[in-house]
Amino acid sequence: MRRLLSNYFLPPTPDDPMKKTYRFTSLLAVLLLIAASAILFTRCASDDVSATEAKASESSEMTETPAEYTVRPRIRGSVTPASAKDAKPNSFELPPIEGEEVATITYAPEVPPPITRTHASRVKVEMKVTETIKERADGVNYTFWTFGDEVPGPFVRVREGDLVEFTLHNHPSSKVPHNIDLHSVTGPGGGAEATLIAPGKSATFEFRALSPGLYVYHCATAPVGLHVANGMYGLILVEPKEGLPAVDREYYVMQSEFYTDGDFMEKGLRTFNQEKALQEIPDYVVFNGAVNALNGDNALQAAVGETVRLFLGNGGPNLTSSFHVIGEIFDRVYTEGGIEANQRNVQTTAIPAGGSAMVEFEVAVPGAYKLVDHAIFRAFNKGAVGTLNVVGPENKEVFSGRTSLEDYRPAEELSSN
Amino acid sequence: MNTLLLRLLAGSLLLGGVALGALLLTAASSDTEPAPPGMVYVAEGTYQPLFKNPEESEPYTVKPFFLQETAVTRADFLAFVEDNPRWRKSNIATIFADEQYLKDWPSDLDFGPEELANTPVTNVSWHAARAYADWRGMRLPTTAEWERAAMASATDADGLGDPDFLRRLSEWYSQPAPPSWPDVRSTAQNYWGAWDMHGLVWEWVEDFNTALVRGDSRSDGDMDRVLYCGSGSIGASDFQDYAAFLRYGLRSGLQADYTVSSLGFRLAMDVPTSSPDDL
Ligand SMILES: [Cu+2]
Repeated sequence: MRRLLSNYFLPPTPDDPMKKTYRFTSLLAVLLLIAASAILFTRCASDDVSATEAKASESSEMTETPAEYTVRPRIRGSVTPASAKDAKPNSFELPPIEGEEVATITYAPEVPPPITRTHASRVKVEMKVTETIKERADGVNYTFWTFGDEVPGPFVRVREGDLVEFTLHNHPSSKVPHNIDLHSVTGPGGGAEATLIAPGKSATFEFRALSPGLYVYHCATAPVGLHVANGMYGLILVEPKEGLPAVDREYYVMQSEFYTDGDFMEKGLRTFNQEKALQEIPDYVVFNGAVNALNGDNALQAAVGETVRLFLGNGGPNLTSSFHVIGEIFDRVYTEGGIEANQRNVQTTAIPAGGSAMVEFEVAVPGAYKLVDHAIFRAFNKGAVGTLNVVGPENKEVFSGRTSLEDYRPAEELSSN
Repeated sequence: MNTLLLRLLAGSLLLGGVALGALLLTAASSDTEPAPPGMVYVAEGTYQPLFKNPEESEPYTVKPFFLQETAVTRADFLAFVEDNPRWRKSNIATIFADEQYLKDWPSDLDFGPEELANTPVTNVSWHAARAYADWRGMRLPTTAEWERAAMASATDADGLGDPDFLRRLSEWYSQPAPPSWPDVRSTAQNYWGAWDMHGLVWEWVEDFNTALVRGDSRSDGDMDRVLYCGSGSIGASDFQDYAAFLRYGLRSGLQADYTVSSLGFRLAMDVPTSSPDDL
């Protein structure tokens, strides 16, 4: 009561920001004393009314009671219980760790050079998370949530057997917590629980890169869809210990889609649209985080006779990519990012959301080759187009270019004249 | 003559009554209890936690309480550290706040440029927020209280169904943090009279570290699964309100000594159980 009295009535300190309200409170208190019963009556009445209204609005949301029906129990097969006693030694052997190094990381479309080490090492990877406004397209901006200040996040390259010491920093200016789930991790949440951090904090965990392959990483903080939709994904390559076949050029291309409060190319600072994301109707489907991220001056390059390897990822959040390069055939495809070049001569390869693929092809004819999602409206209406510019001598025996141009008069048209 | 006098008397009484009534109505706007200065009254109501025990289906009842009209400002907090030397940035014990405590204050008793006086104080730990509350003879709101107050739109105690309200509050999360925060009372005032519940800064709650779990029947392990996995939406009573998800996400990532540049606080108070007239 004493505390209460002081809050209501005691004179304010000179710089008390609540000063203005004291006089009002005193007046109010006097009025209260005069008309206590009236106020009590009014309040009780209004409480009753609001309570009734609350009840009414609750019940109005309930659907009508359906006709009688019977719910039959589900039928399920049994699961053999597992106990810790069933555990046995794993089939793999962990290689000894020799030496320590900091992983080279690169931004799309660049890929770190192949790893030449012949042993496993402790490899340190550091990544920072930021929330930052960047261009999605000319004049169209968006607050991306990023790994490494970019969308897609940096490309990480480690070797099979490496012990990866992963540190995630959440920038102090971030508004929300973040974490990382690396699909290359064998362990709970792919590191998500270990790395959940508030703004201004860092977290470190270690994992063994047991299984070589090309993996997606992404943020897995609730609501996961929002974090992924805002741009939080990238690729990590766990290179097989024998290495990948040598090629002339390697590139990092990651597809993803964006759901905004505007139409395609509508200018201004756009925000995330939950409704479109739930319906899976994106305004943008793009490579490397922006319209034209792989066009014009940013186009990929190669010379005739060179072999190109694309490390392809799909951040989603929802769509599967039908990845195609117009005018090229993939000589080899490592489907779904595994390490087996298990298919030859592929026109279009599927990249699932949260998945990857590697493709290799030798270029033979100079020209501009378009990278597209062959779900084709995405390419020409939503931004999923990139370019590979191939330079070098023409090879007319492979592709002649146009050899003639004439009028065409169908035979039936000629005879009718 | 006499009748005229009587009529005049009756008329003036009537006018006075109307005037008094109008005054009372203004003073006790909507269904409020007279709140202490700088605070607003939030009537008893229900709040549906975002994550709850599967066996619990009843919404949670929140008793009436007083909530501070705005977040605590830099000027408010300066008065506190002036009075309480051990909460100054150079004196604070490391167990009570991390290194970022009041990081943008140039010195112990200087919050920076005068124009920041009415901006919300941030980079304060939970311990510091509680100490401030003690000093003011108040407390921090609980998660249930904060969320109950925050679900009000400008016109409705339960604004969650209002798509405009949802869109507006989600916009805050779509903007990066500015170099310094705008003043308190710069966004919107809600049904209860509370300012800036959305769109200014995050706010500490008393039970931030237990907010996700009510009762003991749900293990932390299960909660982790709900929070971190792709199935994060399944436990939500209203997935549309993803802003609420973000608040839960933030709270679950905090510890009591953490200070965050976008995290401030406001105070709460119990409503006295006795009626106002025996004050
Ligand atoms: Cu995130």
